[in-house]
Amino acid sequence: MNAAIFNFATLSGLLTMIGILVTALAFYSQAWKLTQTSGLSIFAQGEVGQGESAAVTSQKAHWRSLDILSQASVSFGVLTSSFWLVIGSLAGFTSSIKLHHPEVFGNTAELTFGRLRSFHLNAVGYGWLSIAGVSLVVWLMPRLVRERLPFASFNFAGIGLWNLCLTAGLTGILLGHSSGIEWLEMPRLANFGIALAGGMVATPVLLSVLTAKVDHLYVTAWYFLAALLWFPILFIIGNAPSIHNGIEHALANWWFAHNALGLWFTPISIGIGYYIIPKIIGRPIYSYNLSFLGFWTLALFYSNVGVHHLIGGPVPQWVVTVSVVMSMMMLIPVIAVAINHHMTAFRFLSKLRTSIPLRFIVIGSMMYTVSSVQGSLHSLRGLSRISHFTHYTVGHAHLGAYGFVSFVLFGAIYFALPKVMERDWPYPKWISLHFWCAIIGILVYVISLSIGGIIQGMAMLDISQPFMNSVTHTQAYMIGRSVGGGLMTLGHLVFFAHIVGLMLGALSNIRHRGELQK
Amino acid sequence: MTRLSIMLGALLILLSSSVVLVVAPYFAYVWPEAQGRNHELSEVQQRGREVYISMGCVYCHSQQPRNPGYGPDTARGWGYQPSAQDYAGQYPHQLGTSRTGPDLYNIGDRNPSIQWNLIHLYDPRLVVPWSIMPSFRFLFTEKDQPGPEDVVLDLKNIGVHPPRHVVATQDALALMAYLKSLQQKELPAHE
Repeated sequence: MNAAIFNFATLSGLLTMIGILVTALAFYSQAWKLTQTSGLSIFAQGEVGQGESAAVTSQKAHWRSLDILSQASVSFGVLTSSFWLVIGSLAGFTSSIKLHHPEVFGNTAELTFGRLRSFHLNAVGYGWLSIAGVSLVVWLMPRLVRERLPFASFNFAGIGLWNLCLTAGLTGILLGHSSGIEWLEMPRLANFGIALAGGMVATPVLLSVLTAKVDHLYVTAWYFLAALLWFPILFIIGNAPSIHNGIEHALANWWFAHNALGLWFTPISIGIGYYIIPKIIGRPIYSYNLSFLGFWTLALFYSNVGVHHLIGGPVPQWVVTVSVVMSMMMLIPVIAVAINHHMTAFRFLSKLRTSIPLRFIVIGSMMYTVSSVQGSLHSLRGLSRISHFTHYTVGHAHLGAYGFVSFVLFGAIYFALPKVMERDWPYPKWISLHFWCAIIGILVYVISLSIGGIIQGMAMLDISQPFMNSVTHTQAYMIGRSVGGGLMTLGHLVFFAHIVGLMLGALSNIRHRGELQK
Repeated sequence: MTRLSIMLGALLILLSSSVVLVVAPYFAYVWPEAQGRNHELSEVQQRGREVYISMGCVYCHSQQPRNPGYGPDTARGWGYQPSAQDYAGQYPHQLGTSRTGPDLYNIGDRNPSIQWNLIHLYDPRLVVPWSIMPSFRFLFTEKDQPGPEDVVLDLKNIGVHPPRHVVATQDALALMAYLKSLQQKELPAHE
């Protein structure tokens, strides 16, 4: 068996080496014909130098005709995803309160901590992040390929099916039918439905890319394309009936769970950043060649990092080692994206003051850099000893999923929805209020859990302290987390109300236009 | 060219990562049948495991003591680090990634008292004042006249006098049976 193990570790190394070589070869042979002007492909003639703003009045006719194509799918997707965000964060907030006041809703099986926590994770992960993500892809793709998506009704139907299965799955969790597998708690049938819905949303996008007549396919589309191919496959493998059990199952579980972050939420958000940052600023990204490197190394390394969730566990060391090495290698794509996003934005920092969508996305992108470097570092054994099994990990997860992904999605929705609905945001001050709730909330949340988690971890490692200390010494930080979570939830209520307000306005627009035609 | 290479490249990379991390372990662990150290769960223990899963115990309790190089798990009495083989047959796995509460890998060895564990399940703060575990009172019923088969909580011993008798439901008892089955497997005779 030792021989077999050696071979698998070698296999992994070999496959990665081949991947790196192919990437390097493609790069040097210039097979992709990338030049600095490729980055200009998102601008129409004469647009460089003039940033695009979210305001409807500044909308150019050629973009407008592409934006309103996806009106039905995008409004449906944004409205439902922000609804899941509100529901999901209320569940998360309640779970957080239970960690310092365990008797809150203590007599209801449906609202016990274990169920509410997985309800929160699935509602914000597969409701908010996923549906908002695909809605934005559906908005952005026609802009990237400069034409209508084929079979666009699949997008709408896919988002509908997605919501239906999610509702069923979340209800299943509350009623006690959790599958017991982290990140895949919803009953299997609901999850297969979501994989199918993902496939339905992906089909028009993939077809549009194959038939598009543009000279150069912009980097954002690479990320979208890959993410939409990966998600249904990942989700089906993750949910496959028990071909695995015991330790093999734990490995497959965490391989899936980290890929859901790395190969689904992350590429969509990076892709959005690659489009909207240069678009608002009015200048192409800093180095287009670097985006090539960033894209392929993300795919190569991120797909293997998941098992660092089992460091120190009863799993073969080679698998953990592969994951730790890959986690460190992740610094390459992270730095590539960081240089591109930050160097583009930093030359025009004053725009952050005037454009809140840009502020959300640039800060989101900065949090991507921070949370990724943090993730790479604490996959190392020395730090993992302390942080593993503690609230620190929860803080890190929120820095990634909220600080990075959600911030980018917030910014993108604030930028895109007025264009799609042809209606400006009715209460601009609410956007600012949401921004400050979100940024202060996430900072309080992550700082509380990082300090609390380290105290908890040190107490658990110190045999002279009873286990009790790891609980009692972190109580103050649990309250800090609830404060941060409460602020974020408040921001989400504002965000949701604002979206409803904009849509009601857009409806009355449409009705008004109908009357004029009569 | 560019478009196809993105699609094919993306698929190939996902394929190779799933071969290494999902498919390979499947072949790396083919346990000889005779060596199986996994004790099959009885029907009631299995039901208890389902209650454990349905209540989401795994979000605060791991089942994987680490070796002393990683932390004093063994010194805390949580057992020795098991081998991968000790988990054979468990589906879904419940290794866990959080220790808001203590590890439960050997709770059946460590605290075999059904009464204590039932009271702790009913209201953890009756026996562990600093605990932040949820109380699972909904896994109990109250009766004036418990039957001979009923398991009644012995609350008087700890100075609590509820107006009616608190009786454990079948789910609570099944959960206890499962917790009791969580014991450190014997070390293999020769390895």
